[in-house]
Amino acid sequence: MAGLPAIQGRAWLFGSGISTDMLSPGQYVHHPMEERLKHVLESARPEFAGEVKPGDIVVAGANFGCGSSRESAPQHLKDLGVAAVVADSLARIFSRNAIAIGLVAIACPSISEVVKDGDTVEIDVVSGIVSVAERGIVLEGDRIPEPMLDVLRHGGIEPLLASIAAEQNR
Amino acid sequence: MDNLAGSKQLTVAEEILARAAGREESSAGEYVVARVDAMMMHDIFAADVLSMLEQAGIQHLHDPSKVTVVFDHMIPPPSVSAASHQAKARELISHFGIDAFFEIGRGICHQVMIEEHRVAPGQLVVATDSHTTTYGAQGVAATGIGSSEMAYTLATGQLWFKVPESISVVLEGQFSYGVTAKDLVLYLMKAIGSAGAQYRSIEFGGEGVDQLSLADRMTISNMGVEIGAKFAVFPAGSVQTIRENAGYVASHTVSLRSLTPQVAVPHHVENVVDVDEVAGTPLDQVFIGSCTNGRLEDLRQAASILEGRHIAKGLRLIVFPASSHVMEAAAQEGIIEILNEAGAYVGGPGCGPCFGGHLGLLAPGERCLGTHNRNFRGRMGSADAEIYLGSPMTAAASALAGAISNPCQVDHMTSGREPFGVVTAGDPLGGRGEA
Repeated sequence: MAGLPAIQGRAWLFGSGISTDMLSPGQYVHHPMEERLKHVLESARPEFAGEVKPGDIVVAGANFGCGSSRESAPQHLKDLGVAAVVADSLARIFSRNAIAIGLVAIACPSISEVVKDGDTVEIDVVSGIVSVAERGIVLEGDRIPEPMLDVLRHGGIEPLLASIAAEQNR
Repeated sequence: MDNLAGSKQLTVAEEILARAAGREESSAGEYVVARVDAMMMHDIFAADVLSMLEQAGIQHLHDPSKVTVVFDHMIPPPSVSAASHQAKARELISHFGIDAFFEIGRGICHQVMIEEHRVAPGQLVVATDSHTTTYGAQGVAATGIGSSEMAYTLATGQLWFKVPESISVVLEGQFSYGVTAKDLVLYLMKAIGSAGAQYRSIEFGGEGVDQLSLADRMTISNMGVEIGAKFAVFPAGSVQTIRENAGYVASHTVSLRSLTPQVAVPHHVENVVDVDEVAGTPLDQVFIGSCTNGRLEDLRQAASILEGRHIAKGLRLIVFPASSHVMEAAAQEGIIEILNEAGAYVGGPGCGPCFGGHLGLLAPGERCLGTHNRNFRGRMGSADAEIYLGSPMTAAASALAGAISNPCQVDHMTSGREPFGVVTAGDPLGGRGEA
C-alpha cells in the first residue's frame, strides 16, 4: 500500500524482556540527546549504540519494550537509524508508542529463535510477513491494525496534529 | 440486577469502552475510537506533550478541565536541565489553561489523582505513565500511553483503543500475618506473567476482595501493568467485576491464606520467588515508597517492624511517602519518628529513586531491595547493580537484618524500645541468634 514500502535491513538480535530502562535509562532522561543515545541498550549489548547503522532492524524475544510509557524508548531507536523492531511479542505501550512516532514494530512469534544476528531481514509492513531470503525463512507476524497503519502512513502522530490544528483554526 | 440466564454480559473493559465510544456494546478484539474522561501527565513528559501541541499550532485543548498535571518525578529538580524542563512545562500549563496542576510537594501522580478525586468508577482514563493502571482500584479503565498519543488525546478528546480480552482473578480468604497485597501481585507475576496477561484486562473479584483496603487494591492494580495488563480493575461504585455471562479468556483463583512473602529477583519483575529462597542475600540499600507501596498503610506496616529497633550497620534505608497527605498522617501517627529513630532517611513526597533519575541511585555491584515496581537492569542507577522487589514488611525486616529477610520471622510482638541491634550485614535473623 502507498507510503508503506517493505523494509530490508541487517538484524541485531536481542533476548527476551528488553525493557524501557534498557532502551532509555532513567538517569539520562534530561541529558542532551547525543548523550542519551550513547546509552541505548548498553546493558544488553554495549556495542549497539556505536555500531548500529541506518536501516538496521532490531530482532528480539518476548515482551520487548516492557516497562515505562516513555516514548524515548522507540524514539531513541529511530534516532539511531533503526528501521523496524520485530519481536516474539511486544509490550503494549511500547508497540503503540513506536507507531505513534512512525517506527514500524511487529510482533512475530518465535522470530528470535530463527533469525541470526547479522541476517538480512525483510518485513512486509502491511501483511506482517517477515522473511530471511538467504535462509528460506518466512514467518507470519501479527498484522499491524488498520488505525495504526494509518498513523504510520502519516509518519506518526506529530504530522497528524498539524492537520488537526488547521481544522481547529479554520 | 436481574439477568436472564445465558444472556451475554460485557466485561468491564467492553462495557466502559463501548460507553466511551458511544455504542451499545463492544467485543474483545475490536478497535474503537473512544472519548477519554480524564488525562494526566507528570513532569517528565508534560513539557514534551504541550510543546508538541504548541509547535503543531494547536490553540486550545479539547477540554482542559479533564486534564491534571502533577510534578513528582525529577523533584526538586536535581539539574539545570530538569529545572528548565519544568519551567517550560509551567509556562505551557498556564498557556493551555490547565487548572488542575499539582506542584512539587503534593505527591506521586497516581496517589494525587485518587486523593483529589480526579477519577471516578466507570471512567476511561489515560496518562503518560505506565502505572496508570492504579486507578483500576476504583473501577476505572485506566492505562498508560506515550507523549504523542497524549498530545493527540488532549487536542481531540479521544483516542483509539483495542478492546482487550479479559481474565478474571478470584480472591479467597484473608492474608496471613506478614503477607500483603504486594506479595499477592508478585505471586500473580509468577502465576500469570506477561505471557498470560499481555494486552489483557484483569478483573479482580471474590470475597477476598472485601478484605482489601483501597491502598491494597491500588498496589495490585498498579503492578497490573508489570504483568502486561491494559487495565486491572476492582469492583467500585456501580462497576461490578467478574460477570457471570461475560467472556473471560482465562480464570484464576488465589487463596490469600496460602500465600507467603514473595520477592522479585534481578533482573525482571517476573523472576519471583518465596522470600525464603533468597533470605540472607546481603543488601546495601532498602527503599520504601513509590506509587506501588508509599501509602500510609505501607509506612504503618514498615513501622510496626522497625519500631524501637535500628537498621543494620552498613545499610541505608530511604523512605519517600507517596503524598503530602500520607506524610502528614504518618507524622501525626508517630511513624516518621519511628523511621527516623530506626536510622532511615525520610525524604519528601514523590517518586524518589524508583524510576532511576536521582535520590538514591546504586553503584556498580550494589544490591537494593525496594517496595517499588521494577527491577530491570539499570532501572536505579548502575546497570551492574541488583534490584529486588518486596513488600514494605519484607523491606523493613530486611533493613533490620542488612539482608533479605522473611518478615514473618521478625518477632513483631516484642518490639521494644531498645534498638533491635546494630547488626552486621548478612545475618538474616538480625543477629538475634534464633534457630
